[in-house]
Amino acid sequence: MSDIKKFMYLNRRAPYGTIYAWESLEVVLIGAAFDQEVSLMFTDDGVYQLIKGSDTSESDMKNFMPTYRTLGDYGCRHMYVDKASLEARGLTQDDLIEVAWEDFETEEEVDNIVEVVDAEQVATLLAESEVVFSF
Amino acid sequence: MADLHTVNKSPFDKNSLEQAIRFSTAGSAILLIEDGVYGATKGTVAEDMVKGAMGDKKVFALKSDLMARAIKEDRVIDGVEIVDYAGFVDLVEANDKVQAWL
Repeated sequence: MSDIKKFMYLNRRAPYGTIYAWESLEVVLIGAAFDQEVSLMFTDDGVYQLIKGSDTSESDMKNFMPTYRTLGDYGCRHMYVDKASLEARGLTQDDLIEVAWEDFETEEEVDNIVEVVDAEQVATLLAESEVVFSF
Repeated sequence: MADLHTVNKSPFDKNSLEQAIRFSTAGSAILLIEDGVYGATKGTVAEDMVKGAMGDKKVFALKSDLMARAIKEDRVIDGVEIVDYAGFVDLVEANDKVQAWL
C-alpha cells in the first residue's frame, strides 16, 4: 500500500516582511523528509520568494533564499509560478532563480524545475493536489 | 513643514501605499520600508500611482530593504530617492512627525 500523497504548498506572501515564506520553507523540508510528492506554487507576492540576488547584509536578517535552490535535492519535483502575478510586478522568468532536480535512483536530471504557468494551469494543479498547504 | 509617511506593506497586498498617497498633503515625504519597497520598482501595476505621487511629494525607499528583496537600483522608479538608515533618521528629523501606514 502506498501512502504517498500529492502535496502542494501554495505561497502567496513576500519573503521578508512576514514569517509566512520562511515557515512554508520549513514545512516543505519536513514534508519532503516523509517521502511525499511535493510541489510548490507561487502566486501574488509569493513570486518575490524566487527573485535572484537577495542581499541581507545590511538588514540583520538571515538570507534564506539559498535554501530554495536546494529544494530539488529534498525531493521537491515542481515549482510553479503564476504568470499574471509576475507580469503585474514587472517580472519575467529571467528574474527567478533556477532549481535543479535529480532522481538519485534513476539518475534522471532536470536543469530547472521552476516553471511559469497560466491561471488555468494553476487551477488544475491545485485541483489535482490531494493536500494543499496555504501560506 | 510637512510629515513623513512610512509605508511597510506591499502595494499588491494592501492599500497602505495608496492611502498614504491619498491622505498626505503636498510637500510630504513618503518613505517605503520593508515590503513597502516593492512599490518603488519599475514596470509594476503600481508604478503610475507612485509616479503620480511624485508630482507634489517626495518618495524615498530604504536601501537595506531593497537589497534584501533583490531590487537593484536600476529597477527603482526614476525619481525615487534611495536612503540608508542615516537618511531615514534625517527624514524623521526634517519633518514635523512620522505617520505610519501599516
